[in-house]
Amino acid sequence: MIRWLRSLIGWTEERSGAIAMVAPIMTHRVPRDAKWWYVFGSATLMFFTIQIVSGILLATLYAPSAAEAYLSLVYIDQQVPMGWLLRALHAWSSNAMVLMVVVHMSQVFLHASFKYPRELTWMVGVLLLLCTLALAFTGQIMRWDQDAYWGLGIGASIVDRVPVFGNQLRNIMLGGPIIGGATLSRFFALHVFVLPGLTIALVGLHLALILKGGISEMPQVGQVVTPETYRKEYEARVHKTGVPFFPDAAQRDMVFCGLSLIVVMALAVWCGPVGPSGVPDPTVINANPRPDAAFLWIFAAMALLPPQIETFLLLASPPLIVLGLLAMPLLANRGERAPTRRPIAVIAFTTIAVAIAALSWLGVTSPWSPVMDAWTSVPTPVNMVKQLTPLQMQGALVVQYQQCRNCHALDGTGGMRGPELKNVGARLSWDQLVRQVQQGGGNMPAYGKTLSSAQTTALAAFLQSCRTDGVGPATIPGALERAATPDQPPVAVPPVSQ
Amino acid sequence: MNDGCAECKGGCDQTPPRSRRGVMFMIGAGLMGVGSLVAAVPLLGVLIAPGFRRYGNTWIDLGAVGNFPMGQTRLASFAIPGSNPNDGQTATAAAWVRSMEGQKFQVFAVNCAHLGCPVKWFQQSRLFMCPCHGGVYYEDGSRASGPPPRGLFEYPVKVENGHLLIDAGRLPGLQESV
Repeated sequence: MIRWLRSLIGWTEERSGAIAMVAPIMTHRVPRDAKWWYVFGSATLMFFTIQIVSGILLATLYAPSAAEAYLSLVYIDQQVPMGWLLRALHAWSSNAMVLMVVVHMSQVFLHASFKYPRELTWMVGVLLLLCTLALAFTGQIMRWDQDAYWGLGIGASIVDRVPVFGNQLRNIMLGGPIIGGATLSRFFALHVFVLPGLTIALVGLHLALILKGGISEMPQVGQVVTPETYRKEYEARVHKTGVPFFPDAAQRDMVFCGLSLIVVMALAVWCGPVGPSGVPDPTVINANPRPDAAFLWIFAAMALLPPQIETFLLLASPPLIVLGLLAMPLLANRGERAPTRRPIAVIAFTTIAVAIAALSWLGVTSPWSPVMDAWTSVPTPVNMVKQLTPLQMQGALVVQYQQCRNCHALDGTGGMRGPELKNVGARLSWDQLVRQVQQGGGNMPAYGKTLSSAQTTALAAFLQSCRTDGVGPATIPGALERAATPDQPPVAVPPVSQ
Repeated sequence: MNDGCAECKGGCDQTPPRSRRGVMFMIGAGLMGVGSLVAAVPLLGVLIAPGFRRYGNTWIDLGAVGNFPMGQTRLASFAIPGSNPNDGQTATAAAWVRSMEGQKFQVFAVNCAHLGCPVKWFQQSRLFMCPCHGGVYYEDGSRASGPPPRGLFEYPVKVENGHLLIDAGRLPGLQESV
């Protein structure tokens, strides 16, 4: 049997030369110190492979038509044997691929592995990052649920802001004047043909460049990259102390890939598939669209950008960021690689990482969003209405009934858009309260036309009572003290009758 | 100069004259170029055609005016004309109809002027609120607070034979409001 197999291999090898071609690649020498830091690229590639296989299987079940996509997902989840697990695997492996590509990139950045002669490897890697993110975004569209529909709406609104050609570009993106069948078909073609094809080609190029430039060593303080002499020095070092990629380095990749695959499978089994959320019906306006985890930080930034320069930042920052990432190895291709000798790089990395993490967290909590049902679902805390006067009680009702709670919290419950009202009576005087309610300002709508004077008076009376025990109501220093006693409305306000 | 064609390998020492090869190369490149240009017409055409088509609006019937009592703001949904069967549910849209004194109407797109999320009407506070980034509008559609750069998009309205009609059909956006 073995002899037969051997002769078969020999026969094939004699004609194809496959082993002669692959063997030097598998056994090429890599630095001995290339240890656990170097496993993330392989893990990214593994998850990409899983995405291709699970994606092909999903394509055998999914109906890429706006009329049927949603139902086909429900069908996959509920009727197809193991269908839910296939969708879960595709979703969680997608998250893992994004995570691994980011970790891999961070490692390469922190170790300055992008310096000579690996600038092109980094640049192709940047394109691969873009492909990965584009795959994640278009994959979210494939769910064709409420989040997908309104997510496309956000994308269309951004493209629409491009000067002069915005509307044309938007219609090209959507395949027509609305988000509809043509839109899903366009994004389907991107998600299953264009982007995977591009990614496979770029991965090939990335690997070829890695083989050409060699795996970088762990950065050593004082081991400076000098393009004129680097290759010779590197090859001499790797020749002297290096180890073959297979099996010495590959075994670590295998351990890490195996472990992360088990974790992703566990997540898929435990958490199940992602979505679909509500039906993609534009007339159902009770939607609360949120993007997938990888895009939450962008979603948050959109709520926090200064309105005056929002359009400029939305349109200019993506190309500037990409250009910056592409140009970085050209601007810094020599010198120290050790993080301890590159403080600016480390500070920049930390700042960006903290900013993205903070924005992502804000995206999860989205404090700027009104809590649409707070006014009916979040009761007024009982301790805040104890021992109130009838007028103040009326004011508490106004707070609830006029949807103030959608944006304002009372003792920690309710919206977070506006300030917490628990202590507002100690911060704002009677006049300030009335002015704020009637004229709005500082992100608050004006209620002057909506509330009657009686409602405003009651509201101000309640808000004035919102103070911790023993604290008097706020006053304006030097202003005429009109209120007779702290908790009584001033005599000048209209009587409480309609 | 030998290109290594099977017949010439080894024995053949006659290379075609350089000028003839140059001409052939030029003809080949030219033909490939012309062919590619012709082939690109349908390829690019299908891709970018939606950018060059003028998508017009049409008057769409939102129903009898009696469905919209005075002083109230109600959601009306309608089918988008000219959609294809492939669109499914996405071929419908919704609009907020504000009915005012004297059979006057304001009809707003549900899409927030910031980034297009669906705004929700609150009758008590007479505000539209957006779930995405916290845009808020007054009952007349004007911007109240939050990131929107303008008020809600408003459809042209007319009343005919006791029915309320709006001029609609495209996804509203900042460039061509509705």
